[in-house]
Amino acid sequence: MSEVETSVARPKPVRVRPPPNTSRSSLSRMENRAAYWFLLPWLAGFFFITVVPMLASAYLSFTDYRVLKPPQWVGLQNYVAMTHDRRLFVSVGVTLRYVLISVPLVLIFSLAVAALLNRGLKGLAIYRSLFYVPSLIGASVGIGMLWREVFGARGIFNSFLALFGIKGAGWMSSPGTALYTVIGLNVWTFGAAMVIFLAALRQIPESYYEAASLDGANALQKFRRITLPLLTPVIFFNLVLNTIGAFQSFTQAFVVSGGTGGPVDSTLLYTIYLYQRAFQHLEMGYASAMAWVLLATIAAFTALLFWSSRFWVFYGD
Amino acid sequence: MASVSLEGLTKSYGNGVLKAVNDLNLEIEDGEFVVLVGPSGCGKSTALRMIAGLEEISDGGVWIGDQFVNDVHPKDRDVAMVFQNYALYPHMTVFDNIAFALQIAGMPRDEIRRRVEDAARTLELTDYLKRRPGQLSGGQRQRVAMGRAIVRQPAVFLMDEPLSNLDAKLRVQMRAEISKLQRRLGVTTIYVTHDQVEAMTMGDRVALLRDGNLQQVAPPSVMYDEPANMFVAAFLGSPSMNLLWGELGEVSASGTTLKLGGQTLLLTTEKIAGLRRLGAYANRAVVVGIRPEDIYPAADRPGATSKIRSNIDLVEALGSDKVLHFSIDARQALVKSSDSLDELNHGEAGKAHCVARLNARTPLRMGDDVDLVFDTDRLHFFDGETGEAIR
Repeated sequence: MSEVETSVARPKPVRVRPPPNTSRSSLSRMENRAAYWFLLPWLAGFFFITVVPMLASAYLSFTDYRVLKPPQWVGLQNYVAMTHDRRLFVSVGVTLRYVLISVPLVLIFSLAVAALLNRGLKGLAIYRSLFYVPSLIGASVGIGMLWREVFGARGIFNSFLALFGIKGAGWMSSPGTALYTVIGLNVWTFGAAMVIFLAALRQIPESYYEAASLDGANALQKFRRITLPLLTPVIFFNLVLNTIGAFQSFTQAFVVSGGTGGPVDSTLLYTIYLYQRAFQHLEMGYASAMAWVLLATIAAFTALLFWSSRFWVFYGD
Repeated sequence: MASVSLEGLTKSYGNGVLKAVNDLNLEIEDGEFVVLVGPSGCGKSTALRMIAGLEEISDGGVWIGDQFVNDVHPKDRDVAMVFQNYALYPHMTVFDNIAFALQIAGMPRDEIRRRVEDAARTLELTDYLKRRPGQLSGGQRQRVAMGRAIVRQPAVFLMDEPLSNLDAKLRVQMRAEISKLQRRLGVTTIYVTHDQVEAMTMGDRVALLRDGNLQQVAPPSVMYDEPANMFVAAFLGSPSMNLLWGELGEVSASGTTLKLGGQTLLLTTEKIAGLRRLGAYANRAVVVGIRPEDIYPAADRPGATSKIRSNIDLVEALGSDKVLHFSIDARQALVKSSDSLDELNHGEAGKAHCVARLNARTPLRMGDDVDLVFDTDRLHFFDGETGEAIR
């Protein structure tokens, strides 16, 4: 009532700028709080399953910890010990060979198949699914065991070769071929990268190719001068993803080699060696140190790739 | 340079059920600028793509010069195409975009550089050669697309709605630039557009398509003044031609009458003399067309005998002129936007909406009653059944 009186008493209505909208900011605070509640399950998982174990392993990497006795602080001893661990160097060599061979092969395979599928093939969805399936199941233990049978001395693969009169080796039992069999298994799961390539290929306007056709470019020239450059962001993405994945690759080699990394350490991936030190020798401190070195290596490789991308990756306009 | 000849060019889909282009016959002379125009989906782009070799030809043939090119690969047809979206390679510089065809052809570097720089000078792109398409404005991209076409010095330019991605002002400017460039280079050009202004202003001749069928080929002014049928009449011109149902009277020595609803116009003998077939339509219904600019306020034409009385629904002042919307007591003849010409909508009797384009200084306002004069010398007559012009 008094408000009305004051306003009547005023000779001219004065426009007053409303004070900073506090109700609005309290609303957004409330919304933020709700958001955190929704995020809670994930945050809890991230904290207890990822952050805490990571911090624990960072600590353990500076200790001598053999599970049965409490950890004892040893400083950098684990890291120093790694520098004269002969088997560790073997595993690094195997892992590098695995990464450097399987990643390019996966990329080449997935891009080639995607390019073929993109040529307006009938039943594209079926082929796409067929090629994608291995990447869903490829990392499973079952497929690893199957792979071991297929490439065993009496496996189907050798029976197939026998049809052509070729006597195949025991692919998994010979140190010369075992790693390549595991690489083959990894390359076989090229479907995930292929689906990404396929999606990217579909983004390239048809008119680019039509213009190139009129300009006299053949299929190879179109691929080299139009498709490839326009795909570089996706190639880069797949390269980074597959490199990280390959460094961490474990299940396939573990199952195929029966957990030994054999024969003669020929499939002893870094992760398998890490597993052996941790869960067979129960040297958790040493294994934790190995895990951190792996993380640093992957980070370094990824950083290197990102640095190189400025020279070869083309990001739209 | 070369002539282009289309003979019975046909593109059909679904076992010939749907014809995107139907039996298109067109002779394009060496150096001529022909505009293919028509509403969306009329088959103009499909026809162009068949000439380019990007679309398979279902029937008929294409000659470029003396060569029958139906089975010739696009690259061997000696044509260059400008695409609606320009199809510029985003990862290449302007230089490389323009040079692409020459690089593919394996031309020596010096020659490529000379040609690209020439083209860039022509198109005022010299300062932008090192940029990428993403760093250019719409108009500049358009020019790069042009550059890519001219640098090859092809026999024929094919342009597929090259200006449709530009804003209105830029479109006017580029329209003139393309016309000038074509005149200077003298390269045979086939230009596809849905924009009637482009069709009217750019081409030596215009070919109007509808539902895959060629309606008329003629120089723009001829097509505007002597449309072959109601569709052509209605398509060209903005605002478009008023089309009304009318009834012709008995043809006598003094002329004849034309009844538009309750009002009657007198047609002079001279007017009828120019239209030999009109006599056959005496005492019959015909479709009468009159362009908005051929209608005047009676005050401006003191001598006029037949006036049309009307009330003004709306006045649009465009600055340069006034567009007058009014209704007259007659039946409107509408050209349906799909299917064939014989589907004429007979419209609501006694309420035909008409448009006149008047001098900007005409003092008329909404709601005014007005006497209007139809310039009877400029009337168009169409057969009510077929929609064909009566001449």
